[in-house]
Amino acid sequence: MVGELLRVEELRTYFFTEAGIVKAVDGVSFTVNKGETLGLVGESGSGKTVSALSVMRIVPRPGRILSGKILFGDDTLLEKRDEEMMKVRGKKIAMIFQDPTSSLNPVFSVERQLAEIITLHEGIAKQDARERVIKVLDLVGIPDSEKRIKEYPHQFSGGMKQRVAVARALLLEPELLFADEPTTSLDVTIQAQVLDLMKHLKEELGMSLVLITHDMGIVADMTDRVTVLYAGQVAETAQTKELYRLPRHPYTKALLEAVPRLDMDRTLEVIPGNIPNLIEPPSGCRFHPRCKYAREICSKMVPVLEEVKPGHIVACHRWRET
Amino acid sequence: MKYFPVYARGVLLRKQIGVVHAVDHLTFEIGKGEALGLVGESGCGKTTTGKVILNLEPATSGEVSFEGKKVFEVFNSRNTTEALALRRKMQLVFQNPFGSLDPRMTVYDIIREPFEIHGHVPKSERLPRVYELLSLVGLEEYHAERYPHEFSGGQRQRICIARALAVQPSFIVLDEPVSSLDVSIRAQILNLLKGLQEKLGLTYLYISHDLSSVRHVSQRVAVMYLGEIVEHALTAPLFGNPLHPYTQALISAVPIPDPDTKIKRIILPGEVPSPINPPPGCRFHPRCAYATDKCRSDKPELREVTAQHFVACHYAEEFIRPPILSCLESPNSE
Repeated sequence: MVGELLRVEELRTYFFTEAGIVKAVDGVSFTVNKGETLGLVGESGSGKTVSALSVMRIVPRPGRILSGKILFGDDTLLEKRDEEMMKVRGKKIAMIFQDPTSSLNPVFSVERQLAEIITLHEGIAKQDARERVIKVLDLVGIPDSEKRIKEYPHQFSGGMKQRVAVARALLLEPELLFADEPTTSLDVTIQAQVLDLMKHLKEELGMSLVLITHDMGIVADMTDRVTVLYAGQVAETAQTKELYRLPRHPYTKALLEAVPRLDMDRTLEVIPGNIPNLIEPPSGCRFHPRCKYAREICSKMVPVLEEVKPGHIVACHRWRET
Repeated sequence: MKYFPVYARGVLLRKQIGVVHAVDHLTFEIGKGEALGLVGESGCGKTTTGKVILNLEPATSGEVSFEGKKVFEVFNSRNTTEALALRRKMQLVFQNPFGSLDPRMTVYDIIREPFEIHGHVPKSERLPRVYELLSLVGLEEYHAERYPHEFSGGQRQRICIARALAVQPSFIVLDEPVSSLDVSIRAQILNLLKGLQEKLGLTYLYISHDLSSVRHVSQRVAVMYLGEIVEHALTAPLFGNPLHPYTQALISAVPIPDPDTKIKRIILPGEVPSPINPPPGCRFHPRCAYATDKCRSDKPELREVTAQHFVACHYAEEFIRPPILSCLESPNSE
């Protein structure tokens, strides 16, 4: 499709644990268009992180991608061999994680670990790689980059470390960046800095961004479109403004009403119950035990994604009535 | 009225290479039945404040006055009866529900333990009391036989709240009680806390970096920066018309879950300086867009600028807006 960069279709990734098979991603589909920011929203167990790891083919054991289709441009990613995927990771699709402390190698200097990425992919001279690293550290706003390049991760603050992680992701100028809860561990004023940075960089570099988060405020601020995940399945996908104005899935509606807002006082709508067990998820619609609109059909049949209007799809038996 | 004038200062580093000014010249009050929100970012001293008030960390100097009693004096005296009685009245709910429950005790053991320590519930009444407390926090009787690992984060936090209520306290320090919980569970716990406050007439010190949840729970809010309170006021005026530049930046940084609301975000340069060497004068001056020479040399006092609205800034008056306008203008707000 024109303008489409990534297409994930019916992805299934399960974890084969001793306690049972955890159906972490169970039939998830979403797309990312060129130049857009897609919000991948959900709480724990929604499958948002595993979906991203699946696209990058870095799902840890005992997880395994069972089925589905992942199209990146013209490439079918699930059919690639490992050596071929290595050329995609970092170069075409990159990822940053929630905790920069654990994603940066503590025993190597920033220069060493970042330059390594460039030399591995492009085989250029160390000196040239160093120049590129300095440039990208400047790009992400690290002051005194020539000096700090020799430092180790522990010598950077949380916000700075996350900037280094962003720099690392951008080194090879990827077309698509997955950012998994990139600001959750940061203070709110530092979060504002990092989100601002990501917005800028996205425009400057013409990159597409998948922002994985549970924070409905960040979603409203940063994304063009949103896919809401619940217990390993897609609940709803829509343009951001449309999702907030006219959410159709009871989970989306409940999520929006459960979040306290800073700009107004209001009662919080409570979603009763807990996030389901993914080894034995509820039958039919996985949200039905917590849904105030649930009827018999909801526990019997898994709802399929239906179109509300172009660009807005929802998986709910009763979306027309609620 | 219950007063807690707190005046606590400093926590020494082990190697004595300096002093971390964790909490500095802190003075504030909480009225009976009130919820005071204490907000700030990492390192501002809010958690230390919570612990020091309860005497879980020794204060370097200062005193806390609770229902007329001097807290530090009582806890440091030999009088264990008085100390125990005071401890009953002042409780704490921690941030991490996964680490604050003994994994080898059942829920029943956990909630019953305070009864044994304080002796205020006779043996015959303990089981019914445990069931009552579980019901109060929205759990079932059969949960009493289970172990912490069998519960979700939200449920564990409920157990922690039940445990804190077991001694019938009048004051509870809540340190980031919902931060580690999923969004859909947070609303449950926030509503529970609010409901309990009304039902039992509790007084809260609600500590959090999450401004939105603080707004939901608190009647008054105090903002901390680098160990000091820079502003405090009733909730609506604090969020509607913040008078300290740091508060303004903090509020503007919080993303609003509404794509039609565009906030003018104030991006603060740099990072929070180290509390070992706080800047001279106003501690916020290096990052403040309005800083003058006066700010760099003279420390601003916390003073009442408009009714019940206290600010530590030399130029606070310049930020006062008429009540109609708000810095968070939104077409959807009430």
